Amino acid sequence: MAGETNTEQLDPQTFGNAETATFWNAAKEGRLLIKHCTACDEHHWYPRTHCPHCGSGETEWVESRGEGSIYTFTVLRRNGGQIPCYVTLDEGISIFTNIVDCDPDDLAIGKRVRVRFREERNGTSVPVFVLSEQV
Amino acid sequence: MSRRKARAYIMGAYEHPTRLATDKTIAQLHMESALGALADAGLSLLDVDGFFCGNDMPGIGAFAIVDYLNLKLRHIDVTDTGGSSYMIHVAHAVEAIQAGKCSVALITLGGRPRAEGANTGTMVRPYHHAQPEIPFELPYGNMIVGSYAMCAKRHMYEFGTTSEQLAWVKVAASHHAQHNERALLRDVVTVEEVVNSPLVADPLHRLDCCVITDGGGALIVTSPEVAARLNRPKVGVIGMGETIKGQNGGKVDLSFSAVAKAARTAFEEAAIDRQDIKYVSLYDSFTITVLMQIEDLGFCEKGQGGRFVADGNLISGVGRLPFNTDGGGLCNNHPNNRGGMTKIIEAVRQLRGEAHPAVQVKNCDLALASGIGGWLGARHAGSVVILEREA
Repeated sequence: MAGETNTEQLDPQTFGNAETATFWNAAKEGRLLIKHCTACDEHHWYPRTHCPHCGSGETEWVESRGEGSIYTFTVLRRNGGQIPCYVTLDEGISIFTNIVDCDPDDLAIGKRVRVRFREERNGTSVPVFVLSEQV
Repeated sequence: MSRRKARAYIMGAYEHPTRLATDKTIAQLHMESALGALADAGLSLLDVDGFFCGNDMPGIGAFAIVDYLNLKLRHIDVTDTGGSSYMIHVAHAVEAIQAGKCSVALITLGGRPRAEGANTGTMVRPYHHAQPEIPFELPYGNMIVGSYAMCAKRHMYEFGTTSEQLAWVKVAASHHAQHNERALLRDVVTVEEVVNSPLVADPLHRLDCCVITDGGGALIVTSPEVAARLNRPKVGVIGMGETIKGQNGGKVDLSFSAVAKAARTAFEEAAIDRQDIKYVSLYDSFTITVLMQIEDLGFCEKGQGGRFVADGNLISGVGRLPFNTDGGGLCNNHPNNRGGMTKIIEAVRQLRGEAHPAVQVKNCDLALASGIGGWLGARHAGSVVILEREA
């Protein structure tokens, strides 16, 4: 079925490391945090301690508006219809995620989406996206 | 331009004949492949002083396989970029030979995913919990096929590429495979059959995907001095390139692959023009993989790959750029999910004039083998070798 995930077998330490604990704690509260570098003023994804664009350790957590557009997507017909995609956030970075609660025929590259959080079977909340027009 | 002189030669090549190795171990497949390539070159295990492999043996790096083969080495190199590892192994063997670190380099591959029931493209691949990207990708279905499908979808959006154009890649491969008695799939297919096969991950259909096979292969790369005393055609390595492309810190651009950079390096080194290449072996995990390599290798403008591959342009004797004349990974063989080895082997056959007569390219003196390993839509490696037949 759509939205079937693969995390139930995950070791809890995968989602509990020191580098990204702040991200996962915020996700549980329904907030999408991204990293911003105060040295080069760039955002990056996935979050790291050091900026992958300039190497600076002067990175800070900022809250994304959680809105963006579909960069590309697919429908995994052999894997329950899950829809992996890249969403380009309005902050300028593209993140690997899922589109959920949609008819795959309604999807198109460029369509607007906004964030929602899905609770995984291991208790973690992960950011997913829905079409903005149906919000 | 003056063409570069080869610094080392591929003197032995062997494709293991099996496609289903229920009765063989992985170590056996490595050994039988190694012995096949050595016999092809006219050498023995005792001559090998350099060994190159990926992570396809159980255990840490090369320990188990070197001990099993009982090699006595001066040089070892374990480099793994998935299916594209083998172009890199050839390149690193050339570098080691040039540096005087070895004179007979053995490269082996072996594995049995089919016997073990692996669903390579649609299963969750093994991972380590400490891989930094895993919590940000695993929940979303980071299967191999989806990663390539997202690139195909984006290519269609940016450049107007169609499913029918992608299908031509498979059609061309099937035209070649009909002549290969060892090919897993020998039936010639049509564009309609490809686009009407079931969708696996939009827009890729079942026939856009490569086969899953057991097997192996091996290559022998030698110094010019060793090559001179062997009784085989000399296949010189005159250009090499390799790189890894990632997600660029979130500034994702799926319009090109790692091969774009690897190809620039290889062509600059070889100092040849692209139009002088007579035959290409292109990694064909999926049809989109081939199309993007053709663009990134510079055989057409970016975005024109769909038009380039259409209407049989990749079929030997018909089109402008004959590719994968053994049937490739789409039809013939994709041993252990690592197609780079068989790509190099078929390029060597073409340069020696030992390909099947129905697909042998006339006067084939320059060939190229290109690989993409990993997740095309995320982290992947591109590797290119340019090969020349020497009289």
